[in-house]
Amino acid sequence: MAGLASLPLAYLLIRAGTGGAEAWEVILEPRTGLVIGRTLALAAAVTVLATALGVALAWLVVRTDLPARRFWAVAAALPLVVPSYVAALALIAAIGPGAPLRGAVEALPGVERAPELFGFPGSVIALTLSTYPYVFILVGAALRRLDPALEEAARALGRSRAGVFRSVTLPLLRPSIGAGALLATLYTLSDFGVVSLMRHDVLTRVIFQQYRTLFDRDPAAVLGLVLVVLTALVLILETRARGRSDLGGGGDAAPRPPGRQPLGRWRVPALGLCAGVVLLGLVMPVVVLGLWSLRGPSAAAALAALLWPAGSSVAVATAAAALAVVAAVPVGLLSVRFPTAFSRGAERLSYGANALPGVVVALALVFFSSRYAGPLYQTIAVLLFAYVVRFLPQALAGARSALVGVNPQLEEAARGLGRGAPGAFTAVTLPLVAPGLLAGATLVFLSTLKELPVTLLLRPIGFETLATEVWSATSVSAFSRAAPPALALIVLAAPIVFRLIERTDERDARGEALGAA
Amino acid sequence: MSVRLEGVSKAYGSVRAVEDLSLEVHPGELFAVLGPSGCGKTTLLRLLAGFERPDAGAISVGGTTVAGPGCFVAPERRRIGMVFQDYALFPHLSVAANVAFGLPRGERERARRTLELVGLQHKAERFPHHLSGGERQRVALARALAPEPAVVLLDEPFSSLDASLRADLRREVELILRDAGATAVLVTHDQEEALSLADRLGVMRDGSLVQVGVPEEVYARPVDRWAAGFLGDVNLFSGVGRGGAVQTEIGSLDVSGGVPSAEGPVRVAVRPEQLELLVGRTPNAEVTSREFRGHDVLYRLRHEGGRTVLVQLPSLDLHEVGARVFVRPARSARGALVD
Repeated sequence: MAGLASLPLAYLLIRAGTGGAEAWEVILEPRTGLVIGRTLALAAAVTVLATALGVALAWLVVRTDLPARRFWAVAAALPLVVPSYVAALALIAAIGPGAPLRGAVEALPGVERAPELFGFPGSVIALTLSTYPYVFILVGAALRRLDPALEEAARALGRSRAGVFRSVTLPLLRPSIGAGALLATLYTLSDFGVVSLMRHDVLTRVIFQQYRTLFDRDPAAVLGLVLVVLTALVLILETRARGRSDLGGGGDAAPRPPGRQPLGRWRVPALGLCAGVVLLGLVMPVVVLGLWSLRGPSAAAALAALLWPAGSSVAVATAAAALAVVAAVPVGLLSVRFPTAFSRGAERLSYGANALPGVVVALALVFFSSRYAGPLYQTIAVLLFAYVVRFLPQALAGARSALVGVNPQLEEAARGLGRGAPGAFTAVTLPLVAPGLLAGATLVFLSTLKELPVTLLLRPIGFETLATEVWSATSVSAFSRAAPPALALIVLAAPIVFRLIERTDERDARGEALGAA
Repeated sequence: MSVRLEGVSKAYGSVRAVEDLSLEVHPGELFAVLGPSGCGKTTLLRLLAGFERPDAGAISVGGTTVAGPGCFVAPERRRIGMVFQDYALFPHLSVAANVAFGLPRGERERARRTLELVGLQHKAERFPHHLSGGERQRVALARALAPEPAVVLLDEPFSSLDASLRADLRREVELILRDAGATAVLVTHDQEEALSLADRLGVMRDGSLVQVGVPEEVYARPVDRWAAGFLGDVNLFSGVGRGGAVQTEIGSLDVSGGVPSAEGPVRVAVRPEQLELLVGRTPNAEVTSREFRGHDVLYRLRHEGGRTVLVQLPSLDLHEVGARVFVRPARSARGALVD
């Protein structure tokens, strides 16, 4: 399984290695240096902003007397339902060239031109809005789990509120902040949709263009490798920085609900921040896309045009989710029950694959299947395989944590009662891990639904999903044609994301109740 | 330093956790607050520490008011050392850094001395998750003591330890606290802990202290039936009081020294170890069960009057279940009048 998962990377290495000297020359081009610089700058900017925003919102929602906290706890995570390229599309439609809002700003006295949206600024805004919810959710959960006694102990030892935050709270949150920031960085490094829409030439976009416009594909492979190296560097740096801070902060659940800090005169600015973020990340896209959808042809025609792509999207996403879970169970079982160097390695390899940017996975599989598996090239099978490689870790995480929670003695008890090994597994373990597997499958479903680069490069000719519909319409700036499928993506994802957020919330609430009992 | 609470109340919504509570803890004293879970004892401790504000009443430490009408001193300015139930050691800091946390920068030496006081200087560079439960407990104590607080507060400090560790550590903690000359308030639901550790103790129920006194007094003369039962096994007899004694169905019990003098019908509480069993006399009871505890034995008897009587004896001579025995108050037995 892990071997298959690492196939794209292996092939990329071979391809770049055998590509000859001229392929490697692409690295020395001054333009390449610029592109790498842009990639890093974008990743850094998005990571810093998303982390700051996520931590601030999590703290406001969990640890202060912010009005309507429970509402904001859900609302601030909801921009997750908006795929990042849809957020970018909405931004362009709302304040891009020719948008009425921009016209209004430029009509103001003293304003020659409204600030440029395309390029770096637009990419940063759209990607920050898409990635801060990861930080928000992770840090929020960690804040809820934090044992309030730790902060009280620090205060009893003479530290002020601010001092306690600096010396105790922040260090204890570091693992979750780090994990959230890492997600934001990896997301940005692998993002293809936003930078394409915003016409910002970072590695993913350049790789895609190289592949599309040049007959010679080897430079694309080399650039793909560069992106992989950048990703690996980020992962290594993160592991280093984490070091020994990962010592398990509080317990599973805080024994008491944490204390809440009165906001006082900061109440209004805090509310403004929450409202602004939700407005920009969720309300604005939905409203703008809704308005554009209305401008198109008749509603019935728009709906009919959506049916096929929506069906395809749901079908491949469901299949990918099922396959990913089937693949995740043996890997997870192996690493949980038989932790050897081999099983750990296999697990890590599967995780590593997730860090591979979609463009790279897609490219590698294009090369591979067109050369060695001709009949499979541009078939659903390769497409599904790529999805599974890319999103296996999401299923694996769910499977793993569920399997860790099942005492192996339960299975032994079933064996003792006369069941065979497979029987014991299906009768005892499977029902117990089913919720975890389902959670993993849900994540894979969601990710596949909005996946863009892999779908674009590997889909069979004529196979349209909602994501490719959005893409093809926006590439010709036909907003009224792009809006309905984009809106459909949001509508499809919304209930799932909502359930996920609610569940995290419930779990925390249950934890609190358990602790109090 | 002394601690004084005057008419302190604290409610959470409609739940009155602490109600009109007054108490004085003397300088250098080890005071235990004993009560069942939910009686408000932890709230009492948090009020002292400054993590909660009293709704009414005043709290002073060493003569300085720290909470009262129009006055509230933040926890970090109260010079309070707190040992939390699960110790609340900072998981991201080493043992030495934990102990030095409350000290001004550069006071490494004091942190080291305090660690020595609890006998853990060799673990200074370890992290909390490397330590055993007993070691964590001692680090928590060292951390609280290092800044030389006016008062040390201990919240169920032994509850998360193995029973086998508890007794040893209890003695050790007592010695450390006395060594440091600290005034300490300890909150617990464990009678043995409170009785063996405290100079004085207060029995708390439903937000109020029902009885305050030295352990021997509180144990031997509980103010009411509930306090009697909460502190250990107890027999309750009805009887007739006359001149400092109460005539009960198992004999006459001395209740002199009790505050209310007993005349007429009363109820009296007697601990099981205050009774004795004799063989060879005309039996008045039958052994119905025997709980062997090693150093002593708890017998459950059915008295001829029909009531159950508990008797605790050293495990010298054992009586079998079913044996007919004569039960009576031991020679120096004393009972306590209860409501």
